[in-house]
Parts: sequence; C-alpha cells; structure tokens
Amino acid sequence: MELINQHTKRIMEGCKERAREAGLEFQDESLEYIVTNRDLLELTPKIMIPTLYDYWVQDVEVLKEKGKYELYPSNPYETVINTRPAISFYNDNNPDWLNVMIFYHVLGHIDFFQNNLFYRHTWDYDFTGQALSDKRVIAKLRAEKGRWVDYVIEFSRGIDNLVGYYNELSLLDSPPSITHSKKMNFYFDHFLQNIKKINISNYIKEVDRYNQSLKHNKERGEKHFFSKVERKYPEFEELFKKSLQKKSTSKKDLLQFIMENSSILKKEENQWMKSVMQVIRKTSLFFQPQIRTKIMNEGWASYWHETLFMQDDRISGHEVDFARVNAGVTAMPRVGLNPYALGMRLFYYIEESAEKGRLSYDFQRLNDSEKRKKFDSKTNEGKNAIFQMRKNFNDFLFINTFIDQDFINRNNLFVSGRRLNKSKMVWEYYVKSRNAKQYRQMLFDSLYHPPHIEVDQKKSTEDSLYLTHKFEEKPLVKEYLLNTMIGLEYLWGGSVNLETSEYLPESESKEYAMYTSFMGSPGEEREKPEMKWQRVLYTIKDRKLIREQL
Amino acid sequence: MDDTLVSLYQRLKKRGLTSSGKKNILLELNGKTTHDPLPEITGDTASQESVFGAAFDSLYNYNDNNMLQAMSPPTSTYITQIRSLDELLEKDKQREKDGFPRKIRVGRMIKPGKGSKGKVVVIPTTVEEKFIHNPYFKQDQEDQASGGTGKGEEGEVIGEEPVREEEGQDGQGPGQGEGGQHEIESSAYDLGKILTEQFELPNLKEKGKKRSLTRYTYELTDKHRGFGQILDKKSTLKKIVETNIHLGNLPDINDIDPTRFLISPNDKIYRILSREKDYESQAMIFFLRDYSGSMAGKASALVVAQHVLIYSWLLYQYENQVETRFILHDTEAKEVKDFYTYYNSKVAGGTQVFSAYKLVNEIVEQENLITDYNIYIFHGTDGDDWDSDGKQAIPEMKKMLSYANRVGITIAQHAYSASKKTEVENYIIKSGLLEKSPELIRLDVIPEDVDETRLIEGIKRLIS
Repeated sequence: MELINQHTKRIMEGCKERAREAGLEFQDESLEYIVTNRDLLELTPKIMIPTLYDYWVQDVEVLKEKGKYELYPSNPYETVINTRPAISFYNDNNPDWLNVMIFYHVLGHIDFFQNNLFYRHTWDYDFTGQALSDKRVIAKLRAEKGRWVDYVIEFSRGIDNLVGYYNELSLLDSPPSITHSKKMNFYFDHFLQNIKKINISNYIKEVDRYNQSLKHNKERGEKHFFSKVERKYPEFEELFKKSLQKKSTSKKDLLQFIMENSSILKKEENQWMKSVMQVIRKTSLFFQPQIRTKIMNEGWASYWHETLFMQDDRISGHEVDFARVNAGVTAMPRVGLNPYALGMRLFYYIEESAEKGRLSYDFQRLNDSEKRKKFDSKTNEGKNAIFQMRKNFNDFLFINTFIDQDFINRNNLFVSGRRLNKSKMVWEYYVKSRNAKQYRQMLFDSLYHPPHIEVDQKKSTEDSLYLTHKFEEKPLVKEYLLNTMIGLEYLWGGSVNLETSEYLPESESKEYAMYTSFMGSPGEEREKPEMKWQRVLYTIKDRKLIREQL
Repeated sequence: MDDTLVSLYQRLKKRGLTSSGKKNILLELNGKTTHDPLPEITGDTASQESVFGAAFDSLYNYNDNNMLQAMSPPTSTYITQIRSLDELLEKDKQREKDGFPRKIRVGRMIKPGKGSKGKVVVIPTTVEEKFIHNPYFKQDQEDQASGGTGKGEEGEVIGEEPVREEEGQDGQGPGQGEGGQHEIESSAYDLGKILTEQFELPNLKEKGKKRSLTRYTYELTDKHRGFGQILDKKSTLKKIVETNIHLGNLPDINDIDPTRFLISPNDKIYRILSREKDYESQAMIFFLRDYSGSMAGKASALVVAQHVLIYSWLLYQYENQVETRFILHDTEAKEVKDFYTYYNSKVAGGTQVFSAYKLVNEIVEQENLITDYNIYIFHGTDGDDWDSDGKQAIPEMKKMLSYANRVGITIAQHAYSASKKTEVENYIIKSGLLEKSPELIRLDVIPEDVDETRLIEGIKRLIS
C-alpha cells in the first residue's frame, strides 16, 4: 500500500475545494492509497481496516451465501472507510478524469460519514488508531492466554449483531432535557397509568392539581404536590426509587449485560475476557451505521459526483467517457435494486420537491391532481432540504418518508417478481406491482434487520440467563442456535434460555407436499400447507441444547 | 415416451407390481426429462447474467470498488487462503478437546466470482454462527420480489431465465459445474487431505500387489561419465586413480601425490537425473450413480456430494494413483469418461440397478482387472428399483462380491418414503449378503436432507 502520487493528490485537493464551495463539509485531511490485488487480499478479511485485530476465521473462507449481510453487517469491500482522517483505496491505473469523478464520490461519502447523525458515535476518535491499540491488546492476551482468547472472540462475535446501537446513539445525542423532574414523569407516565390504572377523569384531575400547585408556588409547588401523593399512596416513594435503579440497567445490550452480570467474568482471573468483549462490541458498533445508510450514502455520493463533475472544467474531452461510467453506476436496472441509482434519484426528487415547496402541509392537503402538478411555491429550499436529510435520516426513514406514488410513477418503478413456468422450465420475471406501498414494503424487506433479542431480567436468575426474541414473523436460523448458545453459556457461566418463535407446518399436508415435489425442482408449486407460529424455548445447559414448546 | 422403456414396463407389469411400485415407475416414465449433459457455457457468462443474474442480489452487494473502479473482489487461489491449514486443523482438534464442536467444515463447492468462468473449487470453510433471521424463510410462500424499472403492465412477463442456472447458484451438487475436469481433480486432492486429517478415515488396506505404475519419479541416483548434474567426487577420484595405475603414473601406491595425477575428461563421474519407475499397490474405484428421474433434487446432490468426498479422499490416500471409473445408470448403464461428466449429468428415465452391476462385472472381466487391482465399488441411489425384488440385481451383486475389496451402497432416502424401506434396501437385506460378508459389503441409508457431517459419517460406515 502506498500513497497516491503528488499529481493525483493535487487533483484530490482541487476536488475538495470545489466540493466545499458546493456546501459539503469534511475534515481537511484525507489519505488516499493505491492498492494492489495482494493488498486487497489482506484488507478484505479485515473489512478494509488495516489495523483490525487478528482472528483465525479471517484466514478461512467463510460461507457467504444468502444472509451474508445479516451475519456480517459491514461491507467487506469498500473504497472509503470512516476513519480520521478518512482513508480511501484506489486502482493504480485510473485515468485522471476518472479519478476526478471517483474523488467527488469519495468526498460525498466522507461528508456523509462526518455529518450524518447515525454516525455520531464515530466522530470523536480515529477508528484505525483505536483498532491498532485493540489489536495489540488482543495480541498480548493471546500470548498469555493462548486459544482461550480466540474462544472469547468467537463467542462475543456470536452476539455482536445484537449490540445496542440505538441505545448508544441516544446517549450521545439526546434532545435538550425537558424541565420536568423524573419523579413527576414517573408519577404521571408510569405510576398512575400502569400501576394504579386510574381512569381518565381522575388522571386529568391530578394533572390539574399539579398545575395548580405550580401556579401557587413555582419553587415549592412540586414538593407540595408530592407530599399529598405520599399520603395517598404511601408505596409511591419506594416504587419510584426502584424505578430509578431499574432504568440504569434496562438500556444494556446483551454483551454489556453479560460483562456486568456474568458470574464467570466476575472472577479475578477472567477479567481479561471483558477487554476482549469490549473490543468486539466497539468494532461492531463502529460498523452499524454503514449498513443502515447504504441507499442514502451511495445516493448522496452519486448525487455529488454527478453534480460536481458536470460543472467541473476537467470533464472537457471526457464527457462521453463519464457518461458511460456514470450510467453504469447510476442506471436503474430493469430488474433488481441498485442503491446508487435509487438513492440518487431520491435526492434529486427531494431537492425538486423542496424547491417547489412540495414538502409542505399545503401541498399534502391538495387533492386536485392538476393543481398538484402545477404546484410550485419557488422556495429555493432544495439544497437546504437535501442537506437536512443527509444529516438526520437513515435508510428506513428515507424510504418511508419519500418514496411515494409520484416518485414511483416518475421513475417508472415497479416491484418485480419471479415465478416458475413449469411448462417451459424457466423462471419468469414479471411486473408484480406499481404500487408505492408495495414498493416500500419490498425495500423494507431487503433492508438489514437483526433480530431483536433482549435479556428478560424478570425471568433471569443468578445462574440462568433468559433471552427473549421479539416476534416479528421471522424465525431464527436453527442450525446456528447450538453454537451461539454454547458460546453464551460459556460467557455467562450458567445455563441460557432463549425464547423465540418458530413456524410449524401442520403434519398432514406435509406428506402430500413432499410427494408432489417428487420430480422436484426448486420452487415448484406445492399445495400450500397450513402453518402456524409457535413460541418455543431453547435451553442450553452443560453444552446440551433442549427445545420445548411453550 | 421411450418405446423400449414402455415395453420394459409392460413386461414388469405382467410379472406383477405393487401399486406404489407402479406409481413410481409411471412417474419416472412420464417425466419429460432427458440425460442431456448440461450445455457447456461458452463465452462471456457475464453478459448473460447482467440482465437477470444479479436481479435478486442484495442491494448491499453493490460497492464502490466494483461500481466505480471496476475492481472485482481480490482473487487468489484458495491455497494461499489455507496456507495454515495444518494449523487450523490442529486448532480444530483442540476445540473438540476443549468441549466445543468443531468449526472447520469441508467439501463446500463454491463458484467464485459472479459472471466469472465459474469454476468449481472445493475448499475448507467455516461459518460464524449468530442469532440471525432465516433469509430463506417466506411465510406466504410467495415468489421472490425485487425492484425494477421500465415499461410493462402489472402482471406482464418481462424476461425469462432457464431454471437450471438457478440450481447452479445453490453452489452445491450436480448441475453447477462449468469447470473442467482438472479443477475438480486438483481441488479434490486437497479436499482429500483435509478429510483424512480431520476425520481420520481408516486407511484402505494395501493388498501388496506391487506392479509398475505409469508414475515416474526423477532421482539423482544414476552415475554417468563425462557429463551430468552433480560431480560425484568419490567415484571420480577412484576413476582417476584407476586411470593413473593403467598409465603407470603411480609409482608408489603408499605415497600418492595427487598433484601429479593425469586426468582424462572421461574420468569425471557425475550423478545424472534419471527417470525411475515407482511401485505402489493400486486401486480401481468404480463409482455408480443412479441418474433416473426419481433422483431429481436433493437425492442426486447428496449422492454426488458423497462421491466427491470419497473420490477426493481416495485421490489423496493413493497420492493421485487411484484409477477411477464412472458409471451412470437408469434402466441401462453406461460408462462415462470422467468425473466431470459423471458429476454433471442430469437425471431422467427409469431405474434398473442391476444394469450398473452387470456393467461393472463385464468391465472387470474383460479387462482382467482382478489380478492387478484392489477393486472398490461405490453405488449411490435413492433405493427405487423397477426390479423391485432384486431378482436380477442380487446375482450380479454376488458376482461383484467375489472379487471386490469393498462394495459400498448409499441409499439417499426420499423424505416422502422415509417411513418404509426402499426396494434396494429391502432386497439387499433379504439376500443376507450383509451378514454373510460384512467385510465386503456395506449399506448406508441416509435421509435426503442431511449435512456433510452425516455424509462423512456415511463414508466411514462404507469403508471402515
């Protein structure tokens, strides 16, 4: 790996200047490296982070089939990485004009990394630097503890997709605190509603009484109010204190919970395991935002490489070359999903809508289609709007908010389906729907979504951990349960329970379905078997997995 | 419908058939499939795939390196990836001692690179287990959905893709191979290494019949005067002394003065690289595969996967010196020239197991293989046989057992017939051959949806 030459670096600096003028914001420094095939071979297993810790699985071909992005929610093969300074990787034989275009694209990404709030937790440190010291910690531990370090890495990685990414974010970027006291929140939001379950009129009376108390005396009003409450509900004070304690632990993810409460990790000689788990958790957190902003991030970068390069004088003589490369990147495929193309079109669409004032309530209230077509309040807010989106949105919000029927119609989008034509033995691709709602749903289904698994503290005991998988009509991969849970049992130092849902076919229809698929080709239509969901409990004890129905 | 098959069916019907047997035969008979070998894909497969091949890729598959810089993911021979293979296997053994399940898996076939030439590579793999949603799960059994752009009414078909290619994407089993024979062989050799070391499969017995093989080694054992690779100093000196004695140039035998030696060019003796024949005991392996219509789907994949494993392991064990023969059978048997064809032929037609056994017997007899070879026969089938009581198969089987070192039969049982024994299983058990010569014949019945571990377990049963 070597840095790009001075000539190319000058091109990059020129791009930075123009990008800044257009409104992008990013740190001054960036590092650009030329990479060879050999460099890439070493980089890809380390998710392009040159200083990532070593782990033997990186040397082995890992099964990458469908579901690979559920297992590895980080792109193993990306041009730019979100470090300080940002690092990007290049072919050594790109022509200058192409480099200009790529640099704009890269700057789009860097701007996105450094301004989108879903990356907030990565802003305050350099990940490569952090990773280097972590790597040394792990290497040192490995020298002392041998293979046990790798077991802890393995078991921690087994649950590293369950990190509390949003918890972490909400800690960093909480809205300015509301002036109400915790006590008052607890009383009105929880105590009265959930514990006392009083009716609405009484509830409103209490609110009224609270307001009256404050009116009488601004400073002592609340105290006065609660003195009465205590007389009425003597248990209130105790419950409130309890709730405060509970709050402090409720926002922990599985890794954190284990680090704090595991009996085996509490032992003096096992303290080192926590450092390893910390490293795994931090690494996982770092990669979380990337996969949740893929469409936006690529769309944003494509928007800017197109916009900026078209205005750049360095394009002259290479307009056709650019058109070809750009079309390859940003053309909507006949069938399939291209995040570059989709994201970029959405940004253009939002810009135009905002420019015409269509993101307003006035426009949304308009029912007359003619008027809707002509609606233009010339706000000049287009650029501002997309910069707002770039700051505040992630893929889900972006899709959910802006993909509407107008957008679908304008870009001729549809949900495509694939079905088997048995007489011709071909897969047929067909237009399934042009409905915006269905298009959105199709996109949601293809977005990254880890299972929601939490510690159930009520059902957990000192030696037995109880996990609950929230039902979302998605079963877990069964084959992976055993090993993951063996790891959990090891880290927890006791038995582990997992409550999840499974989809069970009714047995009678099964045999018939099997028979009809006798000449079986994949996807052959079968008699739809009746199926139903069932709650099941997996328990691992002494490395034996037991399944029972609940 | 094939006339010969129909007449065969009529004859069988006269002899009497059970209703289920009839149903099975009719299903195979009416199947529209043929054994056409899979079409070789020539030219640029990428252009084919560009329309629909990538259609159902995850949107996360797109990346800047590929899209903007046309850099494809780094390619390397997998050898470099498993350079620390021994170390890995050692580690894996240690895992077991520590009480955790092993993690290195074998025998995965992958087709590296989208739109590349698509060669088959067998490599050791692992998987990192996590709690994840099952990506294959579809509650309403709906067809897959993705995005799309352009013209077309709702419901309109906009493109087609042959089904077979889709099977290939599965990355496993028959019907995916576009690679040549060589690739299978070379990677199979490495797979064999992993198999032996990991699973400690018992070695086949050396039968002691030493005879020359076509393999040669090159050694520096031969001596040559005048020229060669390495000067043999001791012999050269001897020769010089001899020459000088003849010349009378050595007056006192007890006081030799080397500086006075006369040296002829012919005195120099060299070691020269020479071709040596290698002697080893050798084996002939017959692979028999049922490729009748009923073998469609998992049963074939399973049988072929197991045969790949056995083949690989034998290649390794016998250092590439095993000779292999491949026989496919439906109602008739034929020999195919290489593993590639064996591996890739599609299923079709009816089933008569005995035809394959008979062909083996004929080959062995005609080529007089018994005297020179250890003979092993592995047969994979789903257990359906039109010859439902083995009237023809059992005599041929007995004949085979008279010379074979081991006959291993794998029955991949279809899920729909899991409750009862298959025909082949039935008649083999009935014949009593399993008890009579347990050293010579092994039978392994596996459900059609098992994993590699079970397959390897199966191999153990077949060759232990």
